[in-house]
Amino acid sequence: MQLTINGTAHEITGDPRTSLLDFLRHDCGLTGTKKGCDHGQCGACTVLVNGQRVNSCLTLAIMQDGHEVTTIEGIGTPDAMDPLQAAFVKHDGYQCGYCTPGQICSAKGMLAEAANGWASFVSEDLDGKVELSAEEIRERMSGNLCRCGAYSNIVDAITEAMSTQTAGAE
Amino acid sequence: MRPFQYMRPDGLGHAGQLLGDGARPIAGGTNLLDLMKLEVEVPDRLVDLNRLPLGGIEPTDNGGMRIGALVTNSACAADPRIRRNYPVLARAILAGATFQLRNMATTGGNLCQRTRCYYFYNIDQPCNKREPGTGCGAIGGHNRIHAILGASDSCIATYPGDMAVALSALDATVEIERPDGTSRQVPVREFHRLPGDTPQLDNVLEPGEVITAVILPPPAGGRQLYRKVRDRASYAFALVSVAAVVRMDGDTIGSAALAFGALAHKPWHDPRVEQLLAGQAPSDALFHQAADLLLQDAEGQGENDFKIPLTRRTLLAVLREATGGAA
Ligand SMILES: Cc1cc2nc3c(=O)[nH]c(=O)nc-3n(C[C@H](O)[C@H](O)[C@H](O)COP(=O)(O)OP(=O)(O)OC[C@H]3O[C@@H](n4cnc5c(N)ncnc54)[C@H](O)[C@@H]3O)c2cc1C
Ligand code: SF4
Ligand code: FES
Ligand code: FES
Repeated sequence: MQLTINGTAHEITGDPRTSLLDFLRHDCGLTGTKKGCDHGQCGACTVLVNGQRVNSCLTLAIMQDGHEVTTIEGIGTPDAMDPLQAAFVKHDGYQCGYCTPGQICSAKGMLAEAANGWASFVSEDLDGKVELSAEEIRERMSGNLCRCGAYSNIVDAITEAMSTQTAGAE
Repeated sequence: MRPFQYMRPDGLGHAGQLLGDGARPIAGGTNLLDLMKLEVEVPDRLVDLNRLPLGGIEPTDNGGMRIGALVTNSACAADPRIRRNYPVLARAILAGATFQLRNMATTGGNLCQRTRCYYFYNIDQPCNKREPGTGCGAIGGHNRIHAILGASDSCIATYPGDMAVALSALDATVEIERPDGTSRQVPVREFHRLPGDTPQLDNVLEPGEVITAVILPPPAGGRQLYRKVRDRASYAFALVSVAAVVRMDGDTIGSAALAFGALAHKPWHDPRVEQLLAGQAPSDALFHQAADLLLQDAEGQGENDFKIPLTRRTLLAVLREATGGAA
């Protein structure tokens, strides 16, 4: 049984009780992903599985056998930052930084969901094109708590990263 | 978390065989693993359903839809046919949890999610649902989120979910596979139970049974609304919720299908209220009569007394909006 994490295969061995979060941190040494609550309530453990954001504390590593996981380490490096990472730095989208890897993985997932036209609870129209207004970003990022309350800067950072990404695509 | 054996069945029949005493199926894991970490749930065998062919959303012969048990909440709410023809379902799903959780949560698992009663979650407290015969901590204790309808002397817990409330308004059906390979169908309205003196049973699933799909009837049309009242604007369970499918017939209400969340041990559905509304011209007086009937037997537990007037106001707001802003 194995998992691909940031492009590298990892064997899943050991206790079936191991959450994906503990597997990443303890078995693979990928400590960028954080444990806040361990109960799906804070979003610090958010990673992408097959491109979709999930709470890695509420799934077992063994259940993810064969899947592709992307953690913050796979999103960018200090020398080659993802536009989201650069925007978080520019806008001070954090204070202590503990929630930040989860925020960035979550934002990455959110952009893909919006590009696929997924509506949110605050979307007026279920079928329309998704425009990520500040209100939409707040609703879609509500699964990522920030104990330091950097929320408004997080929204600014995501908004800027979106515009640079669109600009890059043009 | 207690140790368990992890098993992956080759097929549905095999899953049924593996689901003996002390075994639990796992799908998204977002409720079961949470409870296993707290040792509220202590299965000695986990049967992982995820590789079984229980995905996909398909049209049915009579013009409805069949949603596989493993379809994620995200995929269901994003499906163009669900968004267009069953907006109350898409809205209810989007009102629950977060994108991260909905990306994992499944249709079958969501239906079977357990109560959020604080005493149920705390293994040091008495709870008849977790450990039959130990008593109910919530009666006379903290019960702000508890039931105002259909409670018993054994348990006053609520079913906390959103999706099933919309499914109840839509009169959907749960498709269940028995361990012997035969299948049965149960209306969502009869799937969850009232606590009575066996609150350990949330629903009518028998040991070894697996939900294979939820079946939606042909689109109901009309105005479809899901209104959820909660402590935070996002990422919180309902205090009261209302799912409504209302069809107007000129100036009168043709039909109104209504279901209520967070009021009882099951999504609450009261056909008397629907009969009262059908064929009548919308007015606040009529809506108050509907609320009177709905709440006739409502009983507060102390901290949750506010739910009774809150339900009335939420119902009024929903009916006004659904009938086109009648005064
Ligand atoms: C922080 C947080 C907030 C939440 N907020 C909300 C909310 O606002 N509204 C809301 O509605 N929900 C909310 N939820 C609950 C969430 O919707 C459920 O956890 C989820 O839907 C369960 O689905 P799952 O596939 O992960 O189930 P699992 O955890 O895999 O299983 C749940 C139960 O269902 C059983 N089961 C699973 N699949 C089947 C099947 N096919 N047949 C028979 N039994 C089966 C399991 O044995 C288990 O008992 C929240 C959860 C968390 C952690
Ligand atoms: S209300 Fe039900 S779930 Fe809560 S403590 Fe009482 S018996 Fe347990
Ligand atoms: S650690 Fe997973 S949500 Fe908090
Ligand atoms: S930056 Fe400290 S928790 Fe968000």
